[in-house]
Amino acid sequence: MAEMKSVGKSIRKKDSMQLLLGKAVYVDDITPQDCLCVGVLRSPHAHALITEIDTSAALKLPGVACIFTYKDVPQKRFTMAGQTYPEPSPYDRLILDQRLRFVGDAVAIIAADNAKILEKAKKLIKVRYEVLPAVLDFRSAKDNAILVHPEDNWRSLCPVGADNSRNLCAAEVSGDGDVDAVLADCDIVFENTYHTKACSQAMMETFRTYTEIDTYGRLHVVASTQIVFHLRRILANALDIPKTKIHISKPRIGGGFGAKQTAVAEIYPALVTWKTGRPAKMIYTREESMIAGSPRHEMEIRVRLGAMQDGSIRALDVYTLSNTGAYGEHGPTTVGLSGHKSIPLYTGGLHAFRFAYDVVYTNVMSAGAYRGYGATQGIFAVESAVNELAEMLGMDPVAIREKNMVREGQIMPAYYNEVAGACALDRCMKQCAKLFDWEHKRPVRLLPDGKVRTAGVAMAMQGSGISGVDVGSATVKLNDDGFYTLSIGAADMGTGCDTILAQMMAECMDCDVDRITVFGADSDASPYDSGSYASSTTYVTGKAVERACEELKERIISLAAIMLSCDSTELEFLGDCVARLDKSASVSLADIAARSACGNDQALQTTVSHTSPISPPPFMVGMVEIELDRETGSVEILDYTAVVDCGTTVNPALATIQTEGGLVQGIGMTLTEDIHYDSRGRLSENSLMQYRIPTRLETGRLHVEFAPSYEQSGPFGAKSIGEIVINTPAPAIAHAVYRATGVWQRELPITPEKIWQSLQEKK
Amino acid sequence: MEITLTLNGKKITASVDADTLLLHFLRAHGCPSVKCGCESTVCGLCTVLLNGKPVLSCAVLAARADGQSVTTLEGLQEEASDFIGFIADQGAEQCGFCNPGYVMNTIALLRENPDPTDEEICAYLAGNLCRCSGYEGQLRGIRAYLNAKKAGELHG
Repeated sequence: MAEMKSVGKSIRKKDSMQLLLGKAVYVDDITPQDCLCVGVLRSPHAHALITEIDTSAALKLPGVACIFTYKDVPQKRFTMAGQTYPEPSPYDRLILDQRLRFVGDAVAIIAADNAKILEKAKKLIKVRYEVLPAVLDFRSAKDNAILVHPEDNWRSLCPVGADNSRNLCAAEVSGDGDVDAVLADCDIVFENTYHTKACSQAMMETFRTYTEIDTYGRLHVVASTQIVFHLRRILANALDIPKTKIHISKPRIGGGFGAKQTAVAEIYPALVTWKTGRPAKMIYTREESMIAGSPRHEMEIRVRLGAMQDGSIRALDVYTLSNTGAYGEHGPTTVGLSGHKSIPLYTGGLHAFRFAYDVVYTNVMSAGAYRGYGATQGIFAVESAVNELAEMLGMDPVAIREKNMVREGQIMPAYYNEVAGACALDRCMKQCAKLFDWEHKRPVRLLPDGKVRTAGVAMAMQGSGISGVDVGSATVKLNDDGFYTLSIGAADMGTGCDTILAQMMAECMDCDVDRITVFGADSDASPYDSGSYASSTTYVTGKAVERACEELKERIISLAAIMLSCDSTELEFLGDCVARLDKSASVSLADIAARSACGNDQALQTTVSHTSPISPPPFMVGMVEIELDRETGSVEILDYTAVVDCGTTVNPALATIQTEGGLVQGIGMTLTEDIHYDSRGRLSENSLMQYRIPTRLETGRLHVEFAPSYEQSGPFGAKSIGEIVINTPAPAIAHAVYRATGVWQRELPITPEKIWQSLQEKK
Repeated sequence: MEITLTLNGKKITASVDADTLLLHFLRAHGCPSVKCGCESTVCGLCTVLLNGKPVLSCAVLAARADGQSVTTLEGLQEEASDFIGFIADQGAEQCGFCNPGYVMNTIALLRENPDPTDEEICAYLAGNLCRCSGYEGQLRGIRAYLNAKKAGELHG
């Protein structure tokens, strides 16, 4: 393959200087400050009915514009999950409901001139609640007498096994081969249960949205969102108004990680503006983001593993119980990844598998999408089980993986029978072991001060978009002077997709990246894109860019043919000009662009939509060295080394940062980010003081490298990177903690208290 | 109440409520770089300089800035420009929302200690949270800047 000029280069993000100089680019920076300030009165009860609500005193307060209760909203249920229609997530929400389903659920919407008046008004709303018994333990939610959604107009659009009369948001059993028979023939069969909690994305910019009525009388929504097109449908459903009445714009986003794949904040100011005609803004406080956001699904995963004495893994039987909380956003879909993106890692030796799950409603905050989307939880369980097997057999966990891992060209029955077309997992393992110095860091080493050093390992996979569902589109056009515009509906949330897609276009059009301006995302102006989630943008939208460029080149050549009075077939596109094959004549791109703006009827613009029937998995290996203090149970990360196969690395600097950022989020999830509900369903960790995300003192040194493969169906051979990178820390660190203590930690986070306690019990 | 302060070198007088936070005052007075991330003084996003020293503007009343000098990133564009390109080369700005606070605190660090070790950098910036980058790239960026400065490459 010819040397590439833009793809594979560490080019600065196009918005980097504006961001680093603190320019006004986010929702709250670019929208008026004198608009209505919108807030929500939240339920103090986990499960209650509003028997009486009196807003008259609050409405008399000067500066209060309006207050809405459940009596004022459309009675058609919808989902806030940003998914392709028909959404697998059930239609189980109203903007405001008489039944309150978690502590923090919306009781009333208030709009006032400023935040101070708003807070005062909240206190003046009189509510009488009929407090109901709540379902707080997700293990007893299924078929519980208490129903979270007893209402008649609850609706599931897709056959996902949902049943509101059983507190079920989804249920399924799948498999390949006779798992019970294979297990019966195995030398070793063991079963363990792993528990992960509802971690918060904790993006630095909380949920926020500005709304106004525009020149055309439409609702213009400026939102910090990953899903401009889905958001239009969600708001149309929620407000029960036509989609033609809604226009969504996305400015820069201060982080998403999946949180903003759900319309958490948008419905409230949208209702205010639609009803009053006045501009409005809602900015979630950090506390609101923590208690009424859209966190990771809590899961309990039972893994039954069957293997032979030589370490070949023959059967995996996985059952996941997932807690979707009060509403079903992303409930039916996240859970699938817990099996379908963990079991296939062992395709190499597997004779049979079974994967079953139940997703249950409970009276806690609704879960949603968070980087890794269920794969993170499943990989913690399956990778931990494999580490337990290795330690049981006294085998090197690297060797046992090399014996069983999926290899390039294999069909993966647990991954919808897709072929591992591009898979460098074996090379990731070799490279990582060498880079990390696995041989010397793995042994348990006792230090003079009594602390212990040792290491752990894990593998991971993810997908690249949702196969057969996700749509990515690109509109490419040639402007005067010969520069290009690339319009996308994918939402850059800091990851740099605006830039890497421009790199692809620059490669296609044989020009400098600076000659491409990027626009996105806007529901009126952008071509349709499902949105930035499911690790889809590089792989799906990237391919749309590549294909759109091919069409644009043809259009440019055909106009050049008119200018050069010859046939298109006699011409070739050379980046800054179009020339005759024999080089006898040429016309510059700038001249073609100028010509296109004068007496021309051929648009030098084209839009291509792309979708993929497959979702090629990226793969990776992570290894961690820890220092553990057996006296206190504290764990320090010394070194985290990861090698990733994301196909072609489109921008190595940005891919490295994605990996490092994901590793540190994974480290936080494993060690410090905890969630506790009290007996009344109140969340204790409601600020960044209690919910401890890692600081730069707690990450250790990170080392990231790539082991490229070439994915034939991807743009320039690329697969995804955004999500996979969060998946290895939990099992790798749990493994190292076992080696240091002799106790397996099967519940996250692995806090010093848990480690210390486990050591006391062992004594 | 009325306060008078020097904001980014310009004297301004304004009327504020007694409980107005400096953070909100600054955002309302042309300084959108100052970001609110946590409301509990742990994230570092709202870092500004008060009389040259870094403070969390969510933990300072606007009234306390009366008669003082406040500097935000809007007032330090040139000083920031010296090194932010090195952060951009790493792609470590990512979503950007924590950048102003992090850049302000880095400026404060480099004024106090022009040649910090990696440990000193991490310790000084420990209160500046970032959820995107994993911090390593931010460190590489500052290190690359310091190396370039030592090699005299910045005055070429």
